[in-house]
Amino acid sequence: MYSFELERPTRLADAVKLLSDSTESLPLGGGQTLIPTLKQRLASPERLVSLAGIAELKGVKTEGGTLTVGGGTPHATVAAEAGAYPALAALAGNIGDPAVRNRGTIGGSLANNDPSACYPAAALASGATLVTDRREIAADDFFQGMFSTALDEGEIITAVRFPIPEAANYQKFEQPASRFALVGVFVAKYPDGVRVAVTGASEEGVFRWSEAETALSADFRAEAVQGLSVPAEGMIGDLHGSKAYRAHLVGVMTKRAVAAAKG
Amino acid sequence: MPKDGGIGASTKRREDVRFLTGAGNYTDDINVRGQAYVHFLRSDVAHGRINGIDTGAAEAMPGVVRIFTGADFEGVGGLPCGWLVTDRFGQPMQEPPHPVLAQGKVRHVGDPICAVVADTLEQARDAAEAIVLDIEELPAVVDMKAALAEGATKVHDDLKSNLCYDWGFVEENREAVDKAIKEAAHVTTLELVNQRLVANPMEPRVAVGEYNRGTGDHTLYTTSQNPHVIRLLMGAFVLGIPEHKLRVVAPDVGGGFGSKIFHYAEEAFCTFAAKACNRPVKWTASRSEAFLSDAQGRDHVTKIELALDKDNNFTAIRTDTLANMGAYLSTFSTSVPTWLHGVLMAGNYKTPLIYVNVRAVFTNTVPVDAYRGAGRPEATFQLERVIDKAARELGVDPIALRRQNFITEFPYATPVAVEYDTGDYVATMDKLEEVADLTGFAARRKASEAKGMLRGLGVNCYIEACGIAPSNLVGQLGARAGLYDAATVRVNATGSISVMVGAHSHGQGHETTFPQVVAEMLGIDASQVEIVHGDTSKIPFGMGTYGSRSLAVCGSAMVRATEKIINKAKKIAAHLMEASEADIELKDGAFSVAGTDKSVAWGDVTLAAYVPHNYPLEDIEPGLEETAFYDPANFTYPSGAYACEVEVDPETGKVTIESFTAVDDFGNIINPMIVDGQVHGGIAQGIGQALLEHCVYDDNGQLQSASYMDYAMPRADDVPFYAVDHSCKTPCTHNPLGVKGCGEAGAIGSPPSVVNAVIDALQSGGKNVTHIDMPLSPSRVWAAMNG
Amino acid sequence: MTQVSMTVNGKAARGDVEGRTLLSTFLRDQLGLTGTHVGCDTSQCGACVVHVDGKAVKSCTIFALEAEGAEVATIEGQANADGSLNVIQQAFQDHHGLQCGFCTPGMVMSAAALLKENPKPSEAEVRDYLEGNLCRCTGYHNIVKAILAASGQDVGAIAAE
Repeated sequence: MYSFELERPTRLADAVKLLSDSTESLPLGGGQTLIPTLKQRLASPERLVSLAGIAELKGVKTEGGTLTVGGGTPHATVAAEAGAYPALAALAGNIGDPAVRNRGTIGGSLANNDPSACYPAAALASGATLVTDRREIAADDFFQGMFSTALDEGEIITAVRFPIPEAANYQKFEQPASRFALVGVFVAKYPDGVRVAVTGASEEGVFRWSEAETALSADFRAEAVQGLSVPAEGMIGDLHGSKAYRAHLVGVMTKRAVAAAKG
Repeated sequence: MPKDGGIGASTKRREDVRFLTGAGNYTDDINVRGQAYVHFLRSDVAHGRINGIDTGAAEAMPGVVRIFTGADFEGVGGLPCGWLVTDRFGQPMQEPPHPVLAQGKVRHVGDPICAVVADTLEQARDAAEAIVLDIEELPAVVDMKAALAEGATKVHDDLKSNLCYDWGFVEENREAVDKAIKEAAHVTTLELVNQRLVANPMEPRVAVGEYNRGTGDHTLYTTSQNPHVIRLLMGAFVLGIPEHKLRVVAPDVGGGFGSKIFHYAEEAFCTFAAKACNRPVKWTASRSEAFLSDAQGRDHVTKIELALDKDNNFTAIRTDTLANMGAYLSTFSTSVPTWLHGVLMAGNYKTPLIYVNVRAVFTNTVPVDAYRGAGRPEATFQLERVIDKAARELGVDPIALRRQNFITEFPYATPVAVEYDTGDYVATMDKLEEVADLTGFAARRKASEAKGMLRGLGVNCYIEACGIAPSNLVGQLGARAGLYDAATVRVNATGSISVMVGAHSHGQGHETTFPQVVAEMLGIDASQVEIVHGDTSKIPFGMGTYGSRSLAVCGSAMVRATEKIINKAKKIAAHLMEASEADIELKDGAFSVAGTDKSVAWGDVTLAAYVPHNYPLEDIEPGLEETAFYDPANFTYPSGAYACEVEVDPETGKVTIESFTAVDDFGNIINPMIVDGQVHGGIAQGIGQALLEHCVYDDNGQLQSASYMDYAMPRADDVPFYAVDHSCKTPCTHNPLGVKGCGEAGAIGSPPSVVNAVIDALQSGGKNVTHIDMPLSPSRVWAAMNG
Repeated sequence: MTQVSMTVNGKAARGDVEGRTLLSTFLRDQLGLTGTHVGCDTSQCGACVVHVDGKAVKSCTIFALEAEGAEVATIEGQANADGSLNVIQQAFQDHHGLQCGFCTPGMVMSAAALLKENPKPSEAEVRDYLEGNLCRCTGYHNIVKAILAASGQDVGAIAAE
């Protein structure tokens, strides 16, 4: 790792201030992606601002039909405390491994927007609202392609608001080595329609499969997506699976998610 | 029942206590006062000409002690290859130099170019970034067929081509085999890839070099399976340091699986630099660095043909293999596709004619060498896959076809130059059918199908050859080392025993099992016996641990040394009891005179040896310490039969191992618990090869699977509990313990049954799939189903 | 350099570290607690697992300064007060749940975290929990068996010794 200063503010305002001064700074969430990146010397910040000590960024609460997760909440906490949104809790409980889940945070994962990460699928399928230190961003506007988001430099995700659906499920088909999603599909049924978000598959990062959404909004059964497919063009092709294979898995995982959501 | 601590007891491991409490002493735990750290600047291109290296700016960086380049090693030897293979035409293999740091050209991604020694590791890395390299990138040679094509770019400019050797075995059989195949009633042909793997012991390699300028003594602490071999190779061939001035220590080592046999550039560098810098120099590989610098395994592309007569008897086998050597010849690289592969091609079957052709090829990839099984898994895989394919083509039961062709009389001389001393392949197959409940398979398949899954059963046999020997024969075959081993049994004055062994334990549990043998022989408690290994200054000599040889070879040396101890102790006891030596009996730790009640305790005899007041000084020397070197008369030949049941998800291609059964004949067994553990680990590595692991280079020679993010290691939830059985025992006839070796069997015997099972599952689902190359990842299985 | 203090295995520990100093480096190089091992650089092998405030974390993927004031537990502090092996350690020895020993400290620490959360896990739950702990020697058979045994469950029916 290159040398850097590590700041550990305990108040959000201090973190925001540290991230906005002239020193080249990066926010440090759980560090489960950033620290390995630093070890490879692929990033060279002058300063890291750890968000781990900021109590106001942590916690899960349910109010009305909305579940709100603090941006600094570790996956393990979401898995244990997001019972009001079981599909989200289950997703969080299957990210990485137990030790990673004790450190990695929802804000860090969403801000990183790894094309194979799980949380972006949940946020997009839920039509979540990402609250930052300065504004609110709809999930539909947030994800802007692989490792790219609507966040400005130094902007911190403070909370994510998930409208709780009538039924939902996330199906992850794991890449055998990393155990990230080779293809992950999150299906969420709301009174005004069904949303389907796909991670792991596309070169553009997480996306909504609108064709499936239309079909499922009309008929929320696995059979409704039978015969539908996403084009292989634009899918990721690598040593773990071809473009065609990923496109095929999108259909399979969607059907399975619908079947599981219906319980 | 065996005693708690003797032969046949599942004694709990004594070494566990230190490992379970964090008190182990691995090489990276060793820090020498004043040590500097080295960072290797490695090539990021697969092939290139070094036109210039400017270290000027880097040398001025904070903390830099010295920066080394290939020029610093011009007067130094290269890393040697330990086996000279002679080709079909009687010519020696092409053997390029392998410099410690690259000279003139870089030949694979990860090839070390410069070594930066600095006060801290981060300072060394900082300085390495300031080195200015002028490297002209050349076309990379990655594919083996392309490497052999006319006009291909050469990995080594001074060689005639990229062909290391073209080996034929047994060359005299070539025409007869061709004829038999031409005239056969049926020939089954299979083309396959035995993919490249990375051994991945959990402990990355580490080297710490130290030099004492007062005495001129060098010390190297290293993660090695065979410290004496490193001392010999590095001292004699690379650095020119005589053995008495070079100590090599391999303390606790966190797994090897072959990859820590070889002598590596980093070991030579740290030893060299410690003197050059007059400071201890430490190197610890990161896992990313391990992927680019540990010798890799397998990587064969093979066509095998099996000829059968009209009654389905095997009549001939012909194979044609390309074996990847990588960019340089690693220590035992050349022996793996030849003498560790060709001689196993008969398997468990009486095939009268066999011809094995292997062409070894240089490519711009990391060197390839032995990985658990080393040549034997490759032989077993092709043979057991082609037999399964033949059974399907002929519409016969694959187990029946195997049984029909089993070797049933021993000793059996194969047409590939070895003689199996013992075995009972019918018994192991009978046992497999029972333990794996093969008659219940149909019902289990039905249950899987009811869930929408395809279920398959795969079976295979294997034969292994352990403890490669004897030395005079392997010398004729091109080995540049002997393959004996040595042990010294030192009985201390009060009766406790230190046994210095040449074998190295890095997970095998020698510290527990070797004392079981000595304790049994002497009738004393095993806790009185301590094993000393891993330090050339403490042990007379040894060839180390690989090829499942430790007990069969080094254990035999230990038995011989212990026998010498018993003989001498009996002389002392006879003197003490004023009896004839011929009448002395040793039982339960005491010497007695046959037919009398005279007895003297073990401790009294050992004390007399060191306090020889009442002692036959005119006949024997004081002291009680004996050394034996043991050179086996033959290999040992463990064998077994394995079965795997899988479920395949027809929608995704994902394979799940539902059960795995291993029946092995290891001959006599010292500690069943440890033998089971060895088999478990081997099976997991075999399942890893069959389903998960793949070391992949792109067309430019860039490693695609360069970390655990892309190289799929087997995890706990990838594997089931295994059923293992070793009740079939045909003891080895030529070593004193009747033991055969168990370290690699699991990895050799498991891949074919997994693949056979998947093919069986797919065919049961109506898919006309006859072969899929490993790893059988979901995407590959799905592609095969929909191909 | 910044001073960091924490409690390690019940004892106060402090030292001067850089921002980039990992907890694993601090434990190994400054406190001499070399039982915590580093087997990869991508946060996957789990040889470095320790407990920070009672939770399993990969000590190679947390900075030492982030453990300021924390209660850290490592393999060196797991044995019983009289020095004998604790229940999990003893089960690993009894069931041959280790070979080379390199992954073992992380395995034991992960097992301890699992049994704290889930005192009677099923075989599948044990295997799932070990997703972040790689072992190359044992094929996991005896590790899973040892953890089930440590939880007080009967493992007699599981094949092999």
